[in-house]
Amino acid sequence: MTTIQEVPQDRLKSPFYSRQAELDRLNRWHEWKGYRSADGFYETALEYFAIRNSTGVFDLTPMTKYRISGADSLDFIDRLVTRDMRKIKPGRVAYAVWCDDEGQVIDDGTIFHLRQGEYRLCAQERHMSWLTAAAIGMDVSIVDETHDIAALAVQGPTSYSVLKNLGLDGIENLKPFGLDNFDFAGTELMVSRTGYTGDLGYELWISPDKAEALWDALFEAGKHHGIWAIGTEALDQARIEAGYIGAYIDFLPAHVTIRSGRSRSPLELGLEWLVDFKKANFNGRRALAEEKRRGSAWRLVKLDIEGNKPAHHSYIYASKGGRGKEVGFITSATWSPVCKQNIAIGTVRTPHGKVGDKLFVEIYYQREMHWSRVMAEATVVDKPFWDPQRRRATPPGPY
Amino acid sequence: MKTYDAIVIGAGHNGLTNAAYLAKSGLDVLCVEKNDYIGGATASRALYKDWLYSNCSYVCSLLRPEIYRDLELARHGLQVTPYGGGTVFMENGDYLGSYPDPEVHYREYARFSKADADAYEKYSADTMRQCRFIRDFLLRTPPDPASFKPKDLRELARLGNKFFEMSEQRMYDTIRFWTMSVAEYLDEYFETDVIKAALSGSGIIGTALGIHSPGTAYVLLHHYMGEVDGNMGAWGYARGGMGAVAAALANSFRSLGGELRTDAGVEQIVVKNGSVKGVALTNGEEIDSRIVVSGMDAKRTFLKCMDKSDLDPDFYQRIKNFKIRGSSGKVNIALDGMPTFPALPKGSPLLDGDMHFIDSMERMERAYDDWKDGTWSKDPYVDMVIPTTTDPTMVPPGKHFMSCFVQYCPAQIEGREWTSEECDQFGQTVIDQIAEYSPDFKDLILHAEIRTAQDIDEESGLTEGNIFHGELTMDQLMFNRPIPGYAQYRGPVAGLYMCGSSTHPGGGVMSAPGCNAAREILFDLKRPDITPVNFSED
Amino acid sequence: MNERYDVCVIGAGHNGLVCASLLAKAGKKVLVLEANDQVGGAAVTRTFADGFSVSACAHLLYQLQPQVRKELGLKFELSGDAIGTIALSPDGKHVRMNGKQVTGTSDEDAASYRDFCRRMTRFADLLKTYLNKTPPRLSKDASKADFLTLGQLGLDIRRLGRVEMQELLRIIGMNIFDELNERFENGVLRGALSLDAVLGTHLGPRSPNTILTYLYRLAGSHGTISAPAGGMSTVAEALAHCARDRGATIRTGMPVKRIIIENGRVAGVQTENGEQFSSRLVVSNADPKSTIMCLVSTRNVETGFARRIHNIRMRGNAAKMHLALDGLPAIDGVEEQEYGERFVVAPDDVYVERAFNAAKYGETSDKPVFEITFPSFRDQSLAPDGKHVMSAIVQYAPYSLKEGWSDAARQSFLDTAIDCLGEFMPDLKQKIVASEMLTPADIEKQFLITGGHWHHGELALDQFLFTRPVGGAQQYAMPLDGLYLCGAGAHPGGGISGAAGRNAAREILKREKAA
Repeated sequence: MTTIQEVPQDRLKSPFYSRQAELDRLNRWHEWKGYRSADGFYETALEYFAIRNSTGVFDLTPMTKYRISGADSLDFIDRLVTRDMRKIKPGRVAYAVWCDDEGQVIDDGTIFHLRQGEYRLCAQERHMSWLTAAAIGMDVSIVDETHDIAALAVQGPTSYSVLKNLGLDGIENLKPFGLDNFDFAGTELMVSRTGYTGDLGYELWISPDKAEALWDALFEAGKHHGIWAIGTEALDQARIEAGYIGAYIDFLPAHVTIRSGRSRSPLELGLEWLVDFKKANFNGRRALAEEKRRGSAWRLVKLDIEGNKPAHHSYIYASKGGRGKEVGFITSATWSPVCKQNIAIGTVRTPHGKVGDKLFVEIYYQREMHWSRVMAEATVVDKPFWDPQRRRATPPGPY
Repeated sequence: MKTYDAIVIGAGHNGLTNAAYLAKSGLDVLCVEKNDYIGGATASRALYKDWLYSNCSYVCSLLRPEIYRDLELARHGLQVTPYGGGTVFMENGDYLGSYPDPEVHYREYARFSKADADAYEKYSADTMRQCRFIRDFLLRTPPDPASFKPKDLRELARLGNKFFEMSEQRMYDTIRFWTMSVAEYLDEYFETDVIKAALSGSGIIGTALGIHSPGTAYVLLHHYMGEVDGNMGAWGYARGGMGAVAAALANSFRSLGGELRTDAGVEQIVVKNGSVKGVALTNGEEIDSRIVVSGMDAKRTFLKCMDKSDLDPDFYQRIKNFKIRGSSGKVNIALDGMPTFPALPKGSPLLDGDMHFIDSMERMERAYDDWKDGTWSKDPYVDMVIPTTTDPTMVPPGKHFMSCFVQYCPAQIEGREWTSEECDQFGQTVIDQIAEYSPDFKDLILHAEIRTAQDIDEESGLTEGNIFHGELTMDQLMFNRPIPGYAQYRGPVAGLYMCGSSTHPGGGVMSAPGCNAAREILFDLKRPDITPVNFSED
Repeated sequence: MNERYDVCVIGAGHNGLVCASLLAKAGKKVLVLEANDQVGGAAVTRTFADGFSVSACAHLLYQLQPQVRKELGLKFELSGDAIGTIALSPDGKHVRMNGKQVTGTSDEDAASYRDFCRRMTRFADLLKTYLNKTPPRLSKDASKADFLTLGQLGLDIRRLGRVEMQELLRIIGMNIFDELNERFENGVLRGALSLDAVLGTHLGPRSPNTILTYLYRLAGSHGTISAPAGGMSTVAEALAHCARDRGATIRTGMPVKRIIIENGRVAGVQTENGEQFSSRLVVSNADPKSTIMCLVSTRNVETGFARRIHNIRMRGNAAKMHLALDGLPAIDGVEEQEYGERFVVAPDDVYVERAFNAAKYGETSDKPVFEITFPSFRDQSLAPDGKHVMSAIVQYAPYSLKEGWSDAARQSFLDTAIDCLGEFMPDLKQKIVASEMLTPADIEKQFLITGGHWHHGELALDQFLFTRPVGGAQQYAMPLDGLYLCGAGAHPGGGISGAAGRNAAREILKREKAA
């Protein structure tokens, strides 16, 4: 009898781990899809300001990645997601959501049109089972390439200068949601102008065996541009400012909800702009059309809250006295250091939560062991809290 | 002579639970047990010097936490230690592990199929949803759909509301889940044979059905709905073996003023003028009581311990047709040391989990075919655990106790009694199967207790040795359990009640039937309801 | 230029014809396209050897719904009515059943049989009411009509009375094996009744659900069996006549290649030869899998629905055997005049269960079970003078045979079947002039039924009523605007009943009116 090697029992290490370990002084890690992922390497505020003032580098490797190809790949993707994928040409990236037949969001993610008919779907959660079901009756191949690609997010106002310095000629022409391939030490390096910070930024995708070399070269290129390795905590602050939602935080993947009514539709998540009813068929179309006709039950709101006490896990009320029932709750909250605003993302029952509505959040906070409670006024806002011009400028400026 | 308020027959976990609640309500309660030990099938016995065996039931997960807390079982000495993980050994030398950590579990499944590894998440969520749905009804009396009483209508409406709370598609999924076979259910999620084989076992444990028989998906729930420390589906060992559960319940019962007598088998439930009057013991003694509660299964209660003339012929016939089938046996083994399993790496956490030796759906189903032919499976489904890796108190230091639950094992061989040779052959079948994967196993065996379904029947008093006191098929669940019209714990004679696993919600060391029966008895006595309510499933 | 119709019906099976007739009767311009050269689908008479004809799939009539006959004014000639059953026993102690009467058993069994029939027909009658209705949706948003139907169902069950209601709720999920063993001591009787419960399914007598399948069989004419003169094509032709009479066009030899979809709704159909027909509505009498997977293509429906359709269990186990005979084979203990009866070879229920065992592992039964008729005995038009035809359903021959269905595998199963019958009909082999064995794979190919399953999808509680063909699509309308299902894959299921076709037509007309 031969002994079969046991699957790794510990957390997986990303191809960048050796470099991250060198930086690690605080020993702050958590698990992300089986990987060891950093909460942060430095004080969170320092990392956060790297994103907003210079460049933060975040290890994206644990993101789930699928390669989708085959004769029906476009039909497959187009039916899978709610937006019109026929408009996404090769070399372009699309942010998209996908739903089940009941129009409930399974996950959101980015879809890279690598070359004609070949796509990469990148998401936080795993979807092999759903993608396999979606492929029934279609000529399409789906390959999980999560572990085959190392990825870094390079985000912040100097990120363009860093990449330019890295020798990526032509990076100046890369538009938001564009992707291009470059040569790096004889290996193809894919760069997309995408991110989760709402700022100027890029994501770099490369074969794992070149990961360490890329890291080294990147930090060398950024050494005079304020480059910092960052962890999840700083990134999370930035993404709330940008108004981006997260799975298991602001919504639950529909197929893992146990209770009724705990999943959300794209309309309820403020993603109606991603739903193209002109498409003849896509997963969830019938249910979403019906929801549009009858009205949604929930609405995602971005809240500008008075004061400076972050409204984590707070109930939302329609009136200050909290009379009547709560109308919703906060799913993400933070103090925005760059805007100096107390901001949050929440979910409320319709008809509450229209842009401009005044709501109230019940904030509990602790000072020296004692808990206090405040009812803070919150205004529903339309735009992301942080949306600088540089995010869109092409070519980006040398900040 | 003294007249008790209530006599509970059988000191199994349900009998003791029932007795404890009646005593707690202030009644004068006597619990009688035929054996010289308590626990029924929830027992630890020293059948081999210095070894404590969990003879019948061997793991604990379903015991309702509401009852655990209410009867202060922790104070009365019960301690349940969770264990996790499991292994299916494969004929090709590989194995499939099941790890408590979800990411490691994912990696292991992904070794066989990424789609399967991913599908496990949805499978768990879908199955948990069903668990949640029925857990809500565990500590409730099933409504009688043929009744117009407000109480029944209210309960029916509640059931309907719970159902209609779901989204449309989930209602259909629920209907399908309740009616399909475990094999078909798994087919909808997984493609890998060994993964399906590993998960299908829970659909047939204790039932006389094969994995392809419709209705077996539901049986999964009887193995998934338990909890240890709020962790749904987790399994644990009672420290000191399963007898510790019975001991804690008995301590609780006694502390509430109850009286417990062992070696007091009931010959007959005495009925006079249409009401129970007490019980007659096998030693000739008669004890009077206004209420008699039977913790025995429905067949033993009515067919063996009652006078046929006290029962309505139609009722008698229907009890006769109640399906209690022996489908499983046990082999308990004292080991001189820990056997090695060369397929597993040294120090693998899987060695602390349960082990199985059937790696395909076809082998699972073929095991059932043998049973249908009236014999034990020649390639049986064995659920093997070594609790002493977690709980060393049961054996001398360095030694081990191995518990093998074996399916399928009929109560009779082709319609006649087992011979002792067949009994040995049955044990040998199990030992040989394990030895295939553990070369030193046979040499470590100090003693083996082989219990066929027939032995379990004779010793523990479970008809045909059926661990659930009756098949868990749709025709015998909820308001059909044990038979329609008698699902509310009341017997056909005034003062007679049922509190065993033949009643809703069925078997497993759950204690819910005992508690539910107490609620109905107290209702009839117009005493306040002191039984616990289900923890809310919100 | 495409021809325009109101409705295109794909497949002239009996349900397609019933549906087409009712739609045409309501004034719709209907086109029926049939792939084969004959109408009828699985209800056809075919010549399988020179001068010998037989009902090639279904060979007995016991489920045709009275509503269908009445609404269509359907008339055809019968060659036999109230056909009895002779359950053959190897020892010659055959059991004969007709209606509620049984002979050849003990008096206790006979009495018990009457009681069994009484109860079963009562439940079957209740079931029948709902076989002829569109199943309600289960949803808080369901229509008033849906809630009414649900309420009615609850009420009807209660109206059975306390005892019968309890009994129904108990046995509906049960297996026939236990019920028969509770009642009867005669193994041949148990075998025959259990065979009725499992014919055409992937179930054995011990499988839960088999009470339901048994009730389903009774839910037409209480199990009274008849046979049309000239075989099943007579019924199909009569139905086609009804349809044409009401103005429907039927075109045979026109296999449909695809359903044309424009802007997310059906717009017509295209045939294999390239012809296109426009229609706002398309009704498919094909099974749900081939309808969605092949004719529609999964890309035109949503993923969850496609997955559910993909998961429908529809692998047939029933093979059809046709023997051209020089004369009637002798059967010990059976009189000459009894050859018009239905014969059953299922000597006891355990035998049937063992025959099923093989099917679970993708093997054919060593000792299969049979439902046999000699249609030529009643109807000389089917065979040359003095010659005879045997038509038999032989189980179990699983569609997914492990070794695959080759010519050799088919021949081997035919040999097994004939050998097996030899025990009851010693001179059978000598009388065989020609033979034909249609395995489920052949039935799939020739009658275009995925899996060769005569119910177009296993008949089991998880694929019944609310969840047939799949949950959310039980009201004949598919989640693709303008597409309906009217075949056995829809509620209530297979058998020559016409219920699915009739229900579908009514649902279509109701929805058209509302629109």
